[in-house]
Amino acid sequence: METEFTPLASFGGGLLIGAAAVLLMALHGRILGATGILGGLFRLSDLSDWALRAALVAGMAAGPLVYLLATGTAPELGQPVPAWAVALGGLIVGLGVSYGGGCTSGHGVCGIARFSRRSVVATICFMASAVLTVFVLRHVV
Amino acid sequence: MRLVSAFVIGLVFGLGITVSGMINPAKVLNFFDLFGTWDPSLAFVMGGALAVAIPGYRLVLARQAPAMAPRFQLPDTQVVDLRLVLGSAVFGLGWGIAGFCPGGALPALGTGERDVYIFLAALVAGLLIARWLQARSALVTRPL
Repeated sequence: METEFTPLASFGGGLLIGAAAVLLMALHGRILGATGILGGLFRLSDLSDWALRAALVAGMAAGPLVYLLATGTAPELGQPVPAWAVALGGLIVGLGVSYGGGCTSGHGVCGIARFSRRSVVATICFMASAVLTVFVLRHVV
Repeated sequence: MRLVSAFVIGLVFGLGITVSGMINPAKVLNFFDLFGTWDPSLAFVMGGALAVAIPGYRLVLARQAPAMAPRFQLPDTQVVDLRLVLGSAVFGLGWGIAGFCPGGALPALGTGERDVYIFLAALVAGLLIARWLQARSALVTRPL
């Protein structure tokens, strides 16, 4: 399934993602990592910490709705793989990001932005692994 | 005020993920498909994010403390170990299968698409299984 090359929209969206990461650090002193934020929602030790994470996730989920209100069109979501593959992939992602200590937002944006060696290595590993996986699934199997 | 600011920050992130196309698993998988229907857009997402985050972090982390919290909470470990490398490689495997990553899927909750809920439910299951395994191995390896 082809998708349109969107350098301007993608760069603009990237600027917003970067701005969100900087704001969260400036105001709350935290790394904007989706893995950490989601994982913390399932740890009920600190209520005020839980509320902060829940507010972040609620804001994130409001993103596509505000986009719909502003542009009049819903964001496009393709369904490139069957539901069982989505479930299998989700389970594997959950295991991987737990041991890897983060995902695209935490390592790929926040970690690289503060020149963390761990995050640079992690980002190279998950990008290379994803490219290899898609190559095998689409061109070998 | 603290929660309102967190909601707004989440919204800025969610809009960024939406506008950039990271919300769309078809686009994400095409970014990885270098030898097929390659769509290089997502390189621009990372470029844009780092263009703001690198100078932004430099300015912010030069301060004594964040505005609404007592201190910055940064990971203190610097060690590149097998756990980091293998964990990240496993994440890439799942990302390449499903097309969603955690940061793409959380904003996608707002679209109401069925696949997003399937992915997030499985993701949370994976997180909890890993947490249980880690707690178990911590018990085993703890010195007596």
